[in-house]
Amino acid sequence: MIVNIAFYLFSAVLLMAAAGVVFARNPVHSVLLLILCFFNAAGLMLLLGAEFLALIMVIVYVGAVAVLFLFVVMMLDVNFAQLRAGFTKMLPFGLGTGGVLLAQLLFVINAWPHLLTTPHAPIPNPGSVTNTAALGRILYTDYFYVFQISGVILLVAMIGAIVLTHRHRGDVRRQSVAAQTQRTHADVITMAEVTVGQGIQMPGDRP
Amino acid sequence: MIPASLSVEHFLAVAAALFTLGVLGVFINRKNIIVILMAIEMMLLAVNINFVAFSAQLHDLVGQVFVMFTLTVAAAEAAIGLAILVIYFRRLGNIQVAEASQMRG
Repeated sequence: MIVNIAFYLFSAVLLMAAAGVVFARNPVHSVLLLILCFFNAAGLMLLLGAEFLALIMVIVYVGAVAVLFLFVVMMLDVNFAQLRAGFTKMLPFGLGTGGVLLAQLLFVINAWPHLLTTPHAPIPNPGSVTNTAALGRILYTDYFYVFQISGVILLVAMIGAIVLTHRHRGDVRRQSVAAQTQRTHADVITMAEVTVGQGIQMPGDRP
Repeated sequence: MIPASLSVEHFLAVAAALFTLGVLGVFINRKNIIVILMAIEMMLLAVNINFVAFSAQLHDLVGQVFVMFTLTVAAAEAAIGLAILVIYFRRLGNIQVAEASQMRG
């Protein structure tokens, strides 16, 4: 009974927050509702017994992705009212496409028994092995190479984001170590005979 | 393990509705690329819920492993997408993606 209440609560809040993300006028509200979405999806995953994924979802999505969105939304000085022009023009088209897609998805929702196969990695009894330990046992053995490749994907994404957004600013003077170490005495020192009362003409001086 | 009083169809229906809302968000916010990226994240979230639901239904842990890889790719996609958005804004001063036609796409 309490499971049903939790399920319908999480689902209702999840879908309402998702609708809010799409229809909110202010993108900051969109991001905050997206965070609410992720929390409720994590609740649904907890109900399904995937505790590790639920908490990873909160850490990765709320802690990293949503905060990244929030930074970008607040950093860019964008006229969001201008961006909403044409919103109502696309609404009937979007609702039509979405309605057709939802009908199709609900139509095939009972088709899954045709997909029944024998499990590749059966879920062990939660009483003896926790979800995290069970995931680790197959992630670091059977799926080791895929795990490494996903690490490479993250590295490439990180380098890509840095390379894309890094800019060389012309108005900042930087230290040039090569130029400093290549200076010699001959380049920078000249010996001059100075006549008393007349001084000397320095290379940079105006006559 | 799916709770006894619920079935996998409950979770599939929620995920289908969430995915549809994501598609709707892409369609009706055509000019605002930030909301489009958020709608894509919502669609990936719906896919993840489907994966976990079927993992619990079929007693197979592989679905949950795959969710981790989906999560990785979603994070990478968000980072690269927002980086491109930032340099687009820096160059043109707006994020009107509907007017992005320099590559004649």
